[in-house]
Amino acid sequence: MITAIAPTRDNYLTHEYGIKSWLLTQDHKRIALLYLGAISFFFFLGGVFATIIRLELLTPPGDLVSAQTYNKLFSLHGIFMIFLFMIPSIPATLGNFLVPLMIGCKDLAFPKLNLLSWYIFMAGGALVMYAMLVGGVDTGWTFYTPFSTSYANTYVILTATGIFITGFSSILTGLNFIVTIHRMRAPGLTWFRLPLFIWSMYATSVIQVLGTPVIAVTLLLVAIERGFHIGIFDPNLGGDPVLFQHLFWFYSHPAVYIMVLPGMGIISEVISVYSRKKIFGYKFVAFSSVAIAILSFLVWGHHLFVSSQSVYASLVFSFLSFLVAVPSAIKVFNWTATLYKGSISYETPMLYAFGFIGLFTVGGLTGTFLATLGFDVHVTDTYFVVAHFHYIMVGGTMMAYLGGLHYWWPKITGRMYPEGWAKLSALVVFLGFNLTFFPQFIMGYLGMPRRYHAYPPEFQIYHVLSTAGASVLAVGYIIPAIYFVWSMRYGKLAPDNPWGATGLEWQTTSPPPPENFEITPVVTYDAYDYSILEEMKVG
Amino acid sequence: MANHSLALRHQFDDVAQQKEASTFGMWLFLATEVLFFGGMFLCYTIYRRWYPVAFGMGSNHLSLMLGAVSTAVLICSSYFMACSVNSAANGKKKALVAYLAMTIVLAIAFLVIEMSEWHMLYTEGLMPGFNFTYHEMDPRHVQLFFGLYFSMTGLHASHVTIGIIVLTVMAVRAYRGAFTPDYYTPIEMSGLYWHFVDLVWIFLFPLYYLIARHLQ
Amino acid sequence: MSEHIVTKKQYGYVFVTLMVLTLVTTYAGMKDLGPLNVVVALAIAVIKASLVVLFFMHVYWSSKLNKIVVVSGIAWLGLLLWLTVTDFASRGWLPFPGK
Repeated sequence: MITAIAPTRDNYLTHEYGIKSWLLTQDHKRIALLYLGAISFFFFLGGVFATIIRLELLTPPGDLVSAQTYNKLFSLHGIFMIFLFMIPSIPATLGNFLVPLMIGCKDLAFPKLNLLSWYIFMAGGALVMYAMLVGGVDTGWTFYTPFSTSYANTYVILTATGIFITGFSSILTGLNFIVTIHRMRAPGLTWFRLPLFIWSMYATSVIQVLGTPVIAVTLLLVAIERGFHIGIFDPNLGGDPVLFQHLFWFYSHPAVYIMVLPGMGIISEVISVYSRKKIFGYKFVAFSSVAIAILSFLVWGHHLFVSSQSVYASLVFSFLSFLVAVPSAIKVFNWTATLYKGSISYETPMLYAFGFIGLFTVGGLTGTFLATLGFDVHVTDTYFVVAHFHYIMVGGTMMAYLGGLHYWWPKITGRMYPEGWAKLSALVVFLGFNLTFFPQFIMGYLGMPRRYHAYPPEFQIYHVLSTAGASVLAVGYIIPAIYFVWSMRYGKLAPDNPWGATGLEWQTTSPPPPENFEITPVVTYDAYDYSILEEMKVG
Repeated sequence: MANHSLALRHQFDDVAQQKEASTFGMWLFLATEVLFFGGMFLCYTIYRRWYPVAFGMGSNHLSLMLGAVSTAVLICSSYFMACSVNSAANGKKKALVAYLAMTIVLAIAFLVIEMSEWHMLYTEGLMPGFNFTYHEMDPRHVQLFFGLYFSMTGLHASHVTIGIIVLTVMAVRAYRGAFTPDYYTPIEMSGLYWHFVDLVWIFLFPLYYLIARHLQ
Repeated sequence: MSEHIVTKKQYGYVFVTLMVLTLVTTYAGMKDLGPLNVVVALAIAVIKASLVVLFFMHVYWSSKLNKIVVVSGIAWLGLLLWLTVTDFASRGWLPFPGK
């Protein structure tokens, strides 16, 4: 399957040199790498905040940092991880790189807009960093009013402005993807021949376009309220803090699907390749992505169950929240059915995919627990919730992201990563992750509140386990950071299609030339049709 | 068609695809703007339901005449914008520049009227965050009304300002002969943006200026 | 988008209609119609908006895809408004203390 090493031809990395060729590039592949560097840096910072949090939580008294500093730490951890890492991560790196390649065109619909998106993202990120350096925020990433608007004495407006700016980056990227996928597919590439990664990027982009403007205006209103005290969220002036929560979660719930849908797209690709089998129920998986995108906008009230939202509305939102679990479950069933009687191999991306399926299922099921009104009243604002969303975001998306990075690394860099170290890291990540977050389910159920830096001694054992797990998890992340960089210089040269995958991105060189394809491909076969590869070899 | 391969970007197969993509992209952007303004419309909806009397009193302090005239001015500007698109499609360069100029003039007129309304409210002590003093009943909720009024009209005015800048750039490019009947997409896209700005005001006017006017 | 060019005269008809509707809504606003004031004002605004969208913005002649985008944007705003107002409007419907 692995053919002879390809000689270095002109590819998008070698086409031009110099810093200007990177900072003024319109090539979606280079922009993807610009994003990769930026989000990796923000991930590292988010991890630093998490480290200090977990160190503080080793002992019951709040003795490492002051209460307000702790509030700043979890706020910044959330802000950096969500807005500056998770939301851009897969779309802006793998999405940017792969969407044109997978649909057989030369670039996105609006390459200059793509570069602008990156600069907007950097500007917003820089502002958030500046706000952090001069003092940060202590409102939580959720900015709940009236604390954020009337009482906080930290840099709320500055941070909110930074996030506001990065929101535009998200909108423009989503817009670019939607137009590209609709209008620029290669001849013969009908909607139902598209790779499932494209379907999930499409659904993600729809959420980005429809949801992000609402968080933008919400943050704007927070800034106006804080600056001019007009009263929209201040009970003293007749305003309603719950209105803020409605506005905030209208975006922030779909946002979590912005974070997980791309990961699901990656899993579909990876499961198929390493089972040598087409995805079971392709149309169901494709439509489930769209269904998730739409349903995700109907459930936000489940964040307001204990916020004086009416019981009637809470019942409606609870029911809808159960409904949104269905398409996700359909995906899990279809991935499992794909594995059945497949010819399975255990390369690193597949290990991450297995991890995803298991951990996402746990996270998703605990989501249905939280959608149950009675149970939610008991565990809301406890570590149960914290564990739930980390199972999905870290156990889910992060693992999918790492799996995807490994899977497409040969295509992106023309180099193979070291398989032995990669498998080891995957295992370390899986073990570290579970040790970090499983105890959090237990202590949350037992009553440990979230966002507290001091706690009763009976919870200490769980916190110690969790912090131990976090250190293992950190090692699991550091090792790939090292070998990925190492591989760019010393990694084995990669062939065009090291995994024997279908998909147009594998029909061009590794790395691809600047315009992606020597000649525009014409597609006459379905996605995941492995028999075609045999024909190509023979023909 | 030959010289318009200059306007054709390399990622597109032909000019038609490029134009379709631009239009589609612009509509997606306008959808985001609907939701952006929409958040503030939500706040308005909630508080008007809760404080109908206070909102009525606030509305009566706005100048109905200035509001109605602003509405007419923007509708006129939309008409001129549409005419400029028509001129571009027919290759009439002078008419194109003239209509764009008239659109810009009316846009500036709109801002002038708006600023005078704001100034008037400021001198009456009705600008929250600055000098808000209201001695009749329910001052807190009237303050809420004006807070929302200034936020929404302010957001709208910022969009008008951006529109003026964009249209000025378009007028200069048109004057320099950048557009022909085969390629006038930027004019159309600017037109879509400008009409959207008009649309927002079409809702702002009745919602802010026409509450309980019969009491006045 | 089709190459259909809309004439200035067609735009003119729309323009005049919009101006007339502006006068109508202003006049109606000055009358006491009770709860109907809001309904009439919004109805006229929706008609004016539809005219602008369909004819000034060419949606009448647009592809189905662009029409879907327009409808989706409005529908999503409707969703935000509807479900949020549902919360506020249904407080106290079900017999739980404090809610």
